[in-house]
Amino acid sequence: MRRLKWLRSTAASAVLATVALGGLGGGEAAAQSKQLTLCWAAWDPANALVELGKDFTKQSGIEMKYEFVPWTSYADRFLNELNSHGKLCDLIIGDSQWIGGAAENKWYVKLNDFFDKEKISMDDFVPATVVGYSQWPKNSPNYWALPAMADAVGWTYRKDWFSRPEIQSAFKAKYGRDLAPPKTYDELKQIAEFFQGREIDGKKVYGAYIFTERGSEGITMGVTNVLYNYGFSYDNPKKPYQMQGVVNSPEAAKGLEFYKELYKCCTAPGMTNAYMQEGLDAFKSGQVAMQMNWFAFFPGLYKDPNVGGDKIGFFVNPAGPNGHFTQLGGQGISVVATSDRKDDALAYIKWFAQPAVQQKWWQLGGYSALKAVVDAPDFPKSAAFAPQFLESMGIVKDFWAEPSYAQLLLDMQKRVHDYVVADKGTAQQALDLLVKDWTKVFKEQGKQVASQ
Amino acid sequence: MSEPAKSRDARRVRGLSDRTIAWLFVAPTIALLLAINIFPLVWMIRLSFTSLNLSMSYLPLRFVGLDNFTDILTDEDVWFRLQTTAQFVIWSVALQVVIGYGLALLINRQFRGHSFWTTIILLPMMLSPAVVGNFWTLLLQPQIGPFNYLISLFTGVPPSSFSMTGQVSLAPWTIVLVDTWMWAPYVMLICLAGLRSIPDYIYEAAEVDRASPWRQFWSITLPMTMPFVMLAVLFRAIENFKMFDMVNLLTSGGPGSTTELVSITLKRAAFEKWRTGYSSALAIILFVTVFGAANIYVKALNKVKQR
Repeated sequence: MRRLKWLRSTAASAVLATVALGGLGGGEAAAQSKQLTLCWAAWDPANALVELGKDFTKQSGIEMKYEFVPWTSYADRFLNELNSHGKLCDLIIGDSQWIGGAAENKWYVKLNDFFDKEKISMDDFVPATVVGYSQWPKNSPNYWALPAMADAVGWTYRKDWFSRPEIQSAFKAKYGRDLAPPKTYDELKQIAEFFQGREIDGKKVYGAYIFTERGSEGITMGVTNVLYNYGFSYDNPKKPYQMQGVVNSPEAAKGLEFYKELYKCCTAPGMTNAYMQEGLDAFKSGQVAMQMNWFAFFPGLYKDPNVGGDKIGFFVNPAGPNGHFTQLGGQGISVVATSDRKDDALAYIKWFAQPAVQQKWWQLGGYSALKAVVDAPDFPKSAAFAPQFLESMGIVKDFWAEPSYAQLLLDMQKRVHDYVVADKGTAQQALDLLVKDWTKVFKEQGKQVASQ
Repeated sequence: MSEPAKSRDARRVRGLSDRTIAWLFVAPTIALLLAINIFPLVWMIRLSFTSLNLSMSYLPLRFVGLDNFTDILTDEDVWFRLQTTAQFVIWSVALQVVIGYGLALLINRQFRGHSFWTTIILLPMMLSPAVVGNFWTLLLQPQIGPFNYLISLFTGVPPSSFSMTGQVSLAPWTIVLVDTWMWAPYVMLICLAGLRSIPDYIYEAAEVDRASPWRQFWSITLPMTMPFVMLAVLFRAIENFKMFDMVNLLTSGGPGSTTELVSITLKRAAFEKWRTGYSSALAIILFVTVFGAANIYVKALNKVKQR
């Protein structure tokens, strides 16, 4: 009996203690240190940013904490965080396509007043980056981010292979012209076919590396580089959201067919779901003659002991029959609206916008979008890939930046991958289905979609 | 605690009945269950009748009735994904049962070192699906992966001429293969429990009756282990219907949408496209499907047990 009483007493005390502790836990006020958390993708430029951020800490006394997530889960992770009004990030370097949703959903702090107060002018930044990373609605003076990391798709090639006399003469004998970095996609395909399966230094090599990744954004970020140059547009510039005959024009279908041909003829085996890292691996291991990838990786590739330095060359995305564009990458830096440390976060942006900091950012391996840096007379000579980067930033086009961009992107991933990798249907059918998908998304969003 | 305080506590609990104390014990669990299971379920049912899209939460929330359900059930793509899932479940569970049962029969023979081999066989199921997905991706890599070289050794086909995860004809079989490799040991374990539960005297009686080993298998072993096999089928079928991580890592649902299981479609709709209303409706349809099928199956299982 005495034992039973003891049990009862203990049980009741345990339950009461649990409830009491729970209550206390909820009300606990954590001591807050001067610290900012910056969220971005885990890649080479992020390491440069960590290095750069040490200067900010030295000057302001604010510790910088970083939350870097691999690209394949970057959008999932941070859009989830923003959607759920989380407080993980004070500052976020968000992808260019997020800007519409971030502005409409008020995930980011609008920066117009801050820019006015601190005399930060968007005229001082490369125009494409301002439109791409900062403005929503596009081409309106509403700023939600400071251009932080300019980027675009470019190409690397094996300069050492291209310059070998025996390879040069074999190419000339076959195509009647010198082997040089391609200016058009037809030239690129010829070069890729020439290298495909060729033995160099006792090793079988392949023509080109292109993006084919299915899960996130890979194949879309690859195929658009060809589509733009064959005549693809997202909508009719005179009739917004009118996509019929524009997205699925015969020219666009030819562009899609070309991408598939390039994939079939000239890529290494197994590249059915490959994005940035697979491209870097293929190039660094001496497997491919040419590689499509983001400029952000080029400083690292240039430093690579095996394929960097004199062995690597860079070229701008080649032109197509109907234009010369390249896919915009890169991001702007924004203050997260739910942050408790908005003032400190704004102080970081103010510091980051300074020309001296931007100059150092470029030197460390980041890509500044500040005109004072990229328009400086010595900029083209400051890195082997700087001239190509400058040219590319003048011809960029970006994917939809609508709040519904994720649906639009995943629809394109599916339709393009189905056609290019899984051999399903024709290019025209894939684009027709894409128009159908996108029309549905825009209608759900309440947009008027004209059919012609 | 001081003596007077102790006696105050004792007085306070003295009036509590056993039932009250039992309730106090289970109350936190029930509260937790309500908070993390029941409430989200009810909330999800509510959301499935709305137009909510979290990437456009600034749009007014509209009640759309059964529109989301109609959209799903009339969407050809969803039906394809369900077919893909059904094929994956059927083939992987069938192979796991055959291989798992076979392994259980082997392990059940008390040969030398059988404990060691049991441990070795069980290793795959102890790994995380994420790890399995990643290392099979490497094993199946057409240029450096040993799997292609192994196939090449036996068939003479050049190793880099085919891609197990990248070809439409091979990718579905690849996910079946990897899942079978990982989970056949689990089926083996359940079947082994069934085999060990058969009393020896039944076999001794069969020996006396001069029943052949084949006859013993068909008349004793298989019927008496059938409830265990059926249980393994139930567990594996439910798990495979929900399969996400391993397939996502191996193929991301590709090439194209060849291996896109319905769980991947659901994840994409809910957490990539942020179509909350639509994905809630899809989740309910899947839940009802699994729940209904499992109930029918459990009834069949009970009948087999009663035989």
